[in-house]
Amino acid sequence: MLYLYACWTNPDIMRGIGKYFIFLGNLFIKREPLKTYMKQILDECIKVGIDSLVIVTIVSTFIGAVTCIQTAYNLVSPLIPRYVISLVVRDMTLLELAPTITAIVFAGKVGSNIASELGTMKISEQVDALEVMGINSVSFLGLPKIIACLIMYPMLVILAGFLAILGGYLAGTITGVVTPQDYIYGIRADFLEFNVSFALIKSFVFAFLVSSISSFKGYYTKGGALEVGQSSTSAVTNSCIAILVADYLLAELLI
Amino acid sequence: MIEFNNVKKSFDGKAVLHGIDGAFEPGRTNLIIGTSGTGKSVLLKCMVGLLEPDEGTVLYDGRNFTHATRNVRRNIRRDIGMLFQGAALFDSQTVEQNVMFPLNILTEMPKDEKLDRVNFVLKRVGLENVNSKMPSEISGGMKKRVGIARAIVNNSRYLYCDEPNSGLDPMTAILIDNLIKEITEEFNITTVVVTHDMNSVMEIGDYIIYMYRGRKLWEGDSTEILGTSVPELRAFIYSNKLIQALKEGENS
Ligand SMILES: Nc1ncnc2c1ncn2[C@@H]1O[C@H](COP(=O)(O)OP(=O)(O)O)[C@@H](O)[C@H]1O
Ligand SMILES: [Mg+2]
Repeated sequence: MLYLYACWTNPDIMRGIGKYFIFLGNLFIKREPLKTYMKQILDECIKVGIDSLVIVTIVSTFIGAVTCIQTAYNLVSPLIPRYVISLVVRDMTLLELAPTITAIVFAGKVGSNIASELGTMKISEQVDALEVMGINSVSFLGLPKIIACLIMYPMLVILAGFLAILGGYLAGTITGVVTPQDYIYGIRADFLEFNVSFALIKSFVFAFLVSSISSFKGYYTKGGALEVGQSSTSAVTNSCIAILVADYLLAELLI
Repeated sequence: MIEFNNVKKSFDGKAVLHGIDGAFEPGRTNLIIGTSGTGKSVLLKCMVGLLEPDEGTVLYDGRNFTHATRNVRRNIRRDIGMLFQGAALFDSQTVEQNVMFPLNILTEMPKDEKLDRVNFVLKRVGLENVNSKMPSEISGGMKKRVGIARAIVNNSRYLYCDEPNSGLDPMTAILIDNLIKEITEEFNITTVVVTHDMNSVMEIGDYIIYMYRGRKLWEGDSTEILGTSVPELRAFIYSNKLIQALKEGENS
């Protein structure tokens, strides 16, 4: 909250946010017909989705495993049944870990990639080359990336959720803190379907934030190779902050 | 023919162009020369619409580009090709895809017709069997050639080149200069070349504008330029030791 207040009173940050909204407007007005984008969107989907599979798999499996072990460690009272462990793993994963932690990882991998790609295109005048041909370069370059993230990121979150719960199962049963029967019983007990919807709503919001902020940062790169690096870093940090602020706001609004 | 009148541009209150006029005829290589930082690239960008001039107009064969609607601009842009300083090829596309790009975007040509056209221009700029190479795999001179091919592939009537021989060795630079001149004459293109290289001026300059700190100080052709009495232009020309030596040789 202090952060939001600091933003509100800092003219540079406010100007940046204003510029970002103008950028968002330019994405959708005066764009080329959608069929021009089809091939690019597919290419981007492969880049965004397939290339993030490995890191998302590793991170989510371990997070599920760690959550399981730590929950077990905290539940010392013999009065609490063991199946609560997997119930906790499930809810934590769906509500927070799968969409949010994956989003941070996604910002580091895909966001930095988008920003450095667009930044390089900008400083090497490839963006100007598009503009000379009369193409709205903001939407031509940004829109396929954003759409690809909106398609692929929710799938990654579903995968992450599944793998985290699986990771918890493996860790829990291998170390013996919970029996397979208890674990399976726990992940099915008191299940709220809304939690899945909530995870998906979050994933759409985060995908949009990461891809649009990174495109914005990349597109407004000025200077040389050094500045491309800076844009890429600032794309990741700004995406992470936006993810956490949005996470908080969504929790307030929807739960 | 490209005409521009009273083009002014400033950034944050700092004037870069102080009202420049000129006219470039088709079939000739028109040069804009001057030292670095004098506003040549800014003028070029104002002419192609990458920057909006604060004042003044740019006309393409009588069509007002500066104050045109989006559709009129689009039509004029179809006729404009541009070679950028670093060639600005799309890194993620092959040479062939790069050259075909304007055709994909600007025309409804069938695929094999596009391919024929691409191969024709690539051959014209002296490149064969590089269609499937990536921009990172070819030399600086070849990149410029691909850039030229991309700029003229859609039968452009106007060709802009920003420092076409920067970063090239002198031999390759002359080859690229001459290629631009040949293409200009062969296809009757109105070509505008920005340069600070006196070799290009003597080699290909049909019509030359000398810019100094955002103003036009001199215009004429390459036979007249060595005899100029404008002090800034003399300083610019004779900063080149070779030309200085030639001049001294002539006098003695
Ligand atoms: N987008 C811009 N914003 C602010 N200043 C600029 C911009 N583009 C160019 N300038 C300034 O305009 C002047 C002329 O630049 P330029 O046209 O690139 O010179 P050159 O003649 O070497 O091509 C320089 O002083 C440069 O700093
Ligand atoms: Mg320049």
